[in-house]
Amino acid sequence: MDDGGHSVELRGVTKRHGATVAVDRLSLAIRTGEFFSILGPSGSGKTTTLRLLAGFEQPDAGEIIIEGRHMEGVPPNRRPVNLVFQNYALFPHMTVAKNVAFGLEMQGLAEAEIGPRVAGALEMVRLAAKRDRLPSQLSGGEQQRVALARALVNRPAVLLLDEPLGALDKQLRLEMEVELKALQERVGITFVCVTHDQEEALTMSDRLAVMHHGKLLQVGTPEDIYTAPASAFVANFIGVSNSLSGRVEGIIGQHATVAVEGIGVIHAPAVPGVAAGTPVLVTVRPERLHLSRDEAHDGFQNHMPVRVAKAIYAGNETQYLLTLPNKHMWKARIPNADGAAKRFHAGESAYLKWRTAEAVLLPE
Amino acid sequence: MTPPPKPTSSFPWLILPPAGVLIVLFGVPLLLVLAVSFASRGTYGGVEWALTFANYTSIADPLYLRIFWRSLWLAVATTAICLVMGFPLAYVIARAPKRWQGLLLFLVIIPFWTNFLVRTYAWMFILRTEGLLNQALLSAGLIHEPLNILFTDWAVLIGLVYGYLPFMVLPLYAALERLDRSLVEAAWDLYARPVQVFTKVVLPLSRPGVIAGCVLVFIPSLGAYVTPDLLGGARTMMVGNLIQHQYLVVRDWPFGSALSFVLMAGVLAAVLYYLRAGGARSLT
Repeated sequence: MDDGGHSVELRGVTKRHGATVAVDRLSLAIRTGEFFSILGPSGSGKTTTLRLLAGFEQPDAGEIIIEGRHMEGVPPNRRPVNLVFQNYALFPHMTVAKNVAFGLEMQGLAEAEIGPRVAGALEMVRLAAKRDRLPSQLSGGEQQRVALARALVNRPAVLLLDEPLGALDKQLRLEMEVELKALQERVGITFVCVTHDQEEALTMSDRLAVMHHGKLLQVGTPEDIYTAPASAFVANFIGVSNSLSGRVEGIIGQHATVAVEGIGVIHAPAVPGVAAGTPVLVTVRPERLHLSRDEAHDGFQNHMPVRVAKAIYAGNETQYLLTLPNKHMWKARIPNADGAAKRFHAGESAYLKWRTAEAVLLPE
Repeated sequence: MTPPPKPTSSFPWLILPPAGVLIVLFGVPLLLVLAVSFASRGTYGGVEWALTFANYTSIADPLYLRIFWRSLWLAVATTAICLVMGFPLAYVIARAPKRWQGLLLFLVIIPFWTNFLVRTYAWMFILRTEGLLNQALLSAGLIHEPLNILFTDWAVLIGLVYGYLPFMVLPLYAALERLDRSLVEAAWDLYARPVQVFTKVVLPLSRPGVIAGCVLVFIPSLGAYVTPDLLGGARTMMVGNLIQHQYLVVRDWPFGSALSFVLMAGVLAAVLYYLRAGGARSLT
């Protein structure tokens, strides 16, 4: 579906709300037909970005181009985009079918065309049987599907989604993640989704952008961002990550050694722009760590004694809170497959181990 | 949208004092008036108890029907003008930043702090031939002769709109304030032009407020008495003035009582018809 073209382009877009800069010189190109997520904590400017694309707000500087057209001064009702609101914003005084037909009616389409298209859209979200219900008579998940149908029935060039799964309970959210991605592939429309849920963004997106304080921190595929976060913030936000600050001692080829006060030397893969003497952050994901009663290195290049501060049994894994020799707290998630005998309890001593390749070095 | 609290059924005696006040001070007098309306006027203005429908049949006199008709159109016009003027005002207040809303509502209510009679006298100063309005229009060169507004139906209409506008604004504000802003944006996003956003979403969803405001303005306008008395002069009588006239000047209590009951029945019929036709659904 990716024909190489860009569906949405932002060039140096800035938006101020009073004294705060909500979006700060944001430049971004979203490809035609991709599922693109903008991920960030609340106040990161992601929702403002979406509202700028929808046309509810106008940028103070920079330009927005959708489908090759400059959007300056173009009101929301004349943009080739539709928004799925966080609270769905279904019209409470209209039936499901009337809600879905609204956009087509406003565009002045003939009745003969509106009927079949509404029926098709409701079929697509499996709500044909509830066409005459009022939104208040539907469950949260059904309301969400009506909101999707109401937007998609217009066949917009770009579908904007504001925290689309935020109001659903966890089980439903997992199902909808898969369903939403499948739907996007089926209709072939560019989806731009704003979310604060990293898991959601990683599962659904072809590519995603991480925003913080109105600035774009990193753009890439979920794998890029998960395995090679560009900054400490991204590493932390994309998933709970353990970190230690230190200073690079030396670099030999692809291998860097980092001195960490109170711990000693840690091995990590070298990254461009990091030389001896650079202050860095070494991060390791909790699921990449190993815990053992045995002091032997066993092929793990990194190795240190720790004390188990807390052990939480979580079904398929046990989550540990560990005290490092320098009193830092790290988290580890160890699979339970090995049986109860291998588990650790609070207060026990253990050896923490990980391979060089599992660590990510971030310039501080 | 929280459900109203359940009535505290364990303390039914709490409603006894208000119920008692209503029965003694409202219910009983009303029954007395009803009884008097079937009596006849004594020679010196007293009440003679003899069952008669004469008071009701004499209302059919064209003279009185004209007064009822004038009252009706003035009340309908007042309601319509209040709605047209009050809606944008209520909308602006409801969409203003939260910290301004209290102040703006306060400004709407502030005229109530002054006695209604005093405010109506102020309107006489504004509207009379040498009044502020004519002076302003003359000095602006918009007119060459002073307009004759005071003591006409127009003066009554202006006074009624002025007096009852807040009763329209407050329920409209309450309805519009509850209106989810994202619904307006959703309509806009779904290709509705601003006028369509208003007619398809804002207006239907604020209907309970429109209905409440219209009822609250229509009822007191129909029975208005101070405003037509002061601003309308002797020539433009409304039903309220006619009833007052019968009680206090002509001293024909039975006829005044009959007029009161016809007015009440008219108001009740009009409001019921309105709720049936326009608003029963949105009041549920």
